[in-house]
Amino acid sequence: MLNTNPIWKVVMVILVVAICALYASPNLYGEDPAVQISAARGATVEAQTLDKVKQALEAEGVEYKRLTLENNQIELRLLNSDQQLPVRELVANALGERFVVALNLAPATPAWLEGLGAGPMKLGLDLRGGVHFLMEVDMGAAIAKTEEQMVQDFRSDLREEGVRYKGIRQRSQGGVELRFRDEEGRDQGTRALERKYPDLIFTDSDNDTDTIVTMSEQKLKETRDYAVQQNITIIRNRVNELGVAEPLVQRQGADRIVVELPGVQDTARAKEILGATATLEFRMQDTKGDVAAAVAGRSIPGSRLFTDRDGRPVLLKNRVILTGDHIVGAQSGFDEYSRPQVNISLDGKGGNKMAAATKDAIGQPMATVFIEYKPTGKRDADGRPIFDKQEEVVNVATIQARLGRSFRITGIDSQAEAHNLALVLRAGALIAPIQIVEERTVGPSMGAENIERGLTSIIYGLAATIAFMLFYYRGFGLVANVALVMNLVLIVGVMSMLPGATLSLPGIAGIVLTIGTAVDANVLIFERIREELRAGRSVQQSIHMGYSNALSSIADANITTFITAVILFSIGSGPVKGFALTLAIGLATSMFTAIVGTRLVVNSVWGGRRLDKLPI
Amino acid sequence: MFQILKLDSDINFMRWRGPAGILSTILVIVSLALVGVRGLNMGLDFTGGTLVELEFSKSVVASDIRGVLENEGFESATVQAYGSSRDMLVRLPPVEQASAETLNNKITDVLKAQLDDQVIIKRTEFVGPVVGKELMESALLAMVVALISILIYVAFRFEWRLGAGAVAALFHDVSLIFGFYALTQLEFNLTTVAGVLSVIGYSLNDTIVVFDRIRENFRKVRKMGEIAITNASLTQTLSRTLITSLTTLVVLFALYFAGGELLATFSASLIVGVVVGSYSSIYIATTTALALGLTRESLIPEEIEKEGADQQAML
Repeated sequence: MLNTNPIWKVVMVILVVAICALYASPNLYGEDPAVQISAARGATVEAQTLDKVKQALEAEGVEYKRLTLENNQIELRLLNSDQQLPVRELVANALGERFVVALNLAPATPAWLEGLGAGPMKLGLDLRGGVHFLMEVDMGAAIAKTEEQMVQDFRSDLREEGVRYKGIRQRSQGGVELRFRDEEGRDQGTRALERKYPDLIFTDSDNDTDTIVTMSEQKLKETRDYAVQQNITIIRNRVNELGVAEPLVQRQGADRIVVELPGVQDTARAKEILGATATLEFRMQDTKGDVAAAVAGRSIPGSRLFTDRDGRPVLLKNRVILTGDHIVGAQSGFDEYSRPQVNISLDGKGGNKMAAATKDAIGQPMATVFIEYKPTGKRDADGRPIFDKQEEVVNVATIQARLGRSFRITGIDSQAEAHNLALVLRAGALIAPIQIVEERTVGPSMGAENIERGLTSIIYGLAATIAFMLFYYRGFGLVANVALVMNLVLIVGVMSMLPGATLSLPGIAGIVLTIGTAVDANVLIFERIREELRAGRSVQQSIHMGYSNALSSIADANITTFITAVILFSIGSGPVKGFALTLAIGLATSMFTAIVGTRLVVNSVWGGRRLDKLPI
Repeated sequence: MFQILKLDSDINFMRWRGPAGILSTILVIVSLALVGVRGLNMGLDFTGGTLVELEFSKSVVASDIRGVLENEGFESATVQAYGSSRDMLVRLPPVEQASAETLNNKITDVLKAQLDDQVIIKRTEFVGPVVGKELMESALLAMVVALISILIYVAFRFEWRLGAGAVAALFHDVSLIFGFYALTQLEFNLTTVAGVLSVIGYSLNDTIVVFDRIRENFRKVRKMGEIAITNASLTQTLSRTLITSLTTLVVLFALYFAGGELLATFSASLIVGVVVGSYSSIYIATTTALALGLTRESLIPEEIEKEGADQQAML
């Protein structure tokens, strides 16, 4: 008999719809106002921290919904949004400066759904409010700094090799120029340097005594990658200080960094913090001075009191041996006994200073001080932001030998600490400045407005389409309408399941457009069925022919649109991408519901039996 | 059953193909001329610059805001009211300055201090000139690549004459949309590009449904000539074309009126595109294919061989 449903098809459709409905359901639950606690630089969130928060809340008699520790973050769900600000204050006071306490909206997905990995769709910044920055790393500066370093390296290398040269300088058009006294000197010097620097390209210039040194593609790429990576690390640290709940800091292309801060409204402050400067100082520890006296407030001549990360006082000499701008690189690694260590390299000048200062100080402790200028949010009379200088001793190590251009800090407790120290050292030695090249801010009211507008247009579009289909195709129209609603559920389900998918305003436009075109497949099929009926075929044959004849048109039409969507997604950016994503998902799901889904319903209602006419 | 059209005989669409061709040619030329003379009102995405959207707590006059901004050194600011007299858009052209990135903060500070301390910043955008250029390039690239891929698909799936017809129809539609944007001076931004590309998809959708039917009828019906078959195919698909255009237009109008100004330009381009696209799939795509010499043989080569097989060869 024509038009009966094989059981596997029924099971498959029900299963697909059920799974999508399940994964779409978290979107119905809304969000809980929450406070999110994460660690600032150096600290970690532990069970102890959780207890502290719990005690603080109990002491004040604050009621809350849930308190959990996950992924080094504490999430405290509250009963209502009025609690958020006072509770943040309370928790921040209880934990102190080493923790970042941020306001957040946590999805109120029930635990059993969360256990299945289900969660609501991620909303784009245009729907939830927030700020999007695109920053560009100044690669010119990064490369110039590397070349500057090359000049200093060459000088000392040639001196060591005993090769006499006339001059070494950075060229304005890029690269470094070595000028030797004679051809012999050039050959000797170039050979020595070539051995030492395989990633540099040495080209003899037209006269017999000069050589031009440029970076190989590999070295250029490394330099760029390093500059971007360094900036990303610094920005991540800064973003943590802003107390943003779900920030995104991501590399884009060769020299750009995308920063998305949901919920941040004060862009001026965000820019100040992201642009704040940090530096490092190396100072000798004052081992003879009386720390207790200094803590009591007495001044020690020639020395000053600092504190380390845990708040312990450290007395350091006033004289700064070296500042962070002489640091060229810092990497964490292991020493010969596989204990964690940090390797530091300095530029030539820094090496000389370090050598001079440590020559007579072997066996004495030296401290690394991290200095950050944090914006206070206040401005002085001229409108310039006022910065708060914060100093922190990040490391004290005993000098074992006269230090030169590259040295290492050993005796670090853990690999994580070594890694952190290397990060801090690099952060204090930023080699390439960044600039904001694109900024988009959406206020919270605008975000809510956009959601409302999007929903309204979906509802209007859906209602009008449903009414029309019902009026025009009656019984079959009803089937198409069921498919249309299923299609929406599938789109939302798939969007919620895809980890990288974000719903934006243009994405909503894509969904609305899908509603309009999703019925197209059904229109094609139904018109075909009508035609077959008019041509005098039996009811069952008309249904069968209608579906099979319309299939090639539907497939061709959808494939071409799908091509457009894929291209839009891969080439487009921002709004175009969001639109393309929902369009592509909508096309796939609408093909499924309009062809497979409606066929199932049509077959079970009208199929497989003798009928004289169809409600179409 | 309820039908939009009750047709007993085929509509002779091709009778008007001459006038339609002339009309379309004129429209395309006028559109391209409009783009050339008036140009497109390129949005911030492509030009670069600064934009601040504000909601004041009380009614304000655009010229007041302009006055305040001029006093503070923002001579080139344009201020525009939209929606109500409390909602204002302030734009600044791109500047080659390091401080450009903080202009939006300066503008809001100034307006807060001098006009309304309760003004709400609804949206700000800053696009550097380099980024704007890149966005423009990637948008153009997306359009070109989309057109080429579609052409390849259609040529592969149908026949080159139909492929050429489809592309002619797309060229017609896209020109007219550009013309529409040049005429109305509606903002042309990244979202608009997404709109134009959807029009390409939609118009092609229409064209392919028609082509599909033409191909089918060429195979099935043997007695009628090319023109008659084209007329029959267009008549058979007409109600589908109308119904789909109607439902799509309905949702687009929902988007236009309820979706807010960000989606308004997007839906405007689609509304124009759907109307133009339905027309072009009937007149431009098919007439171009026919003018290029589309015949039954060009669509069904395999069947010709079969027919020849059971007949005596006459060579």
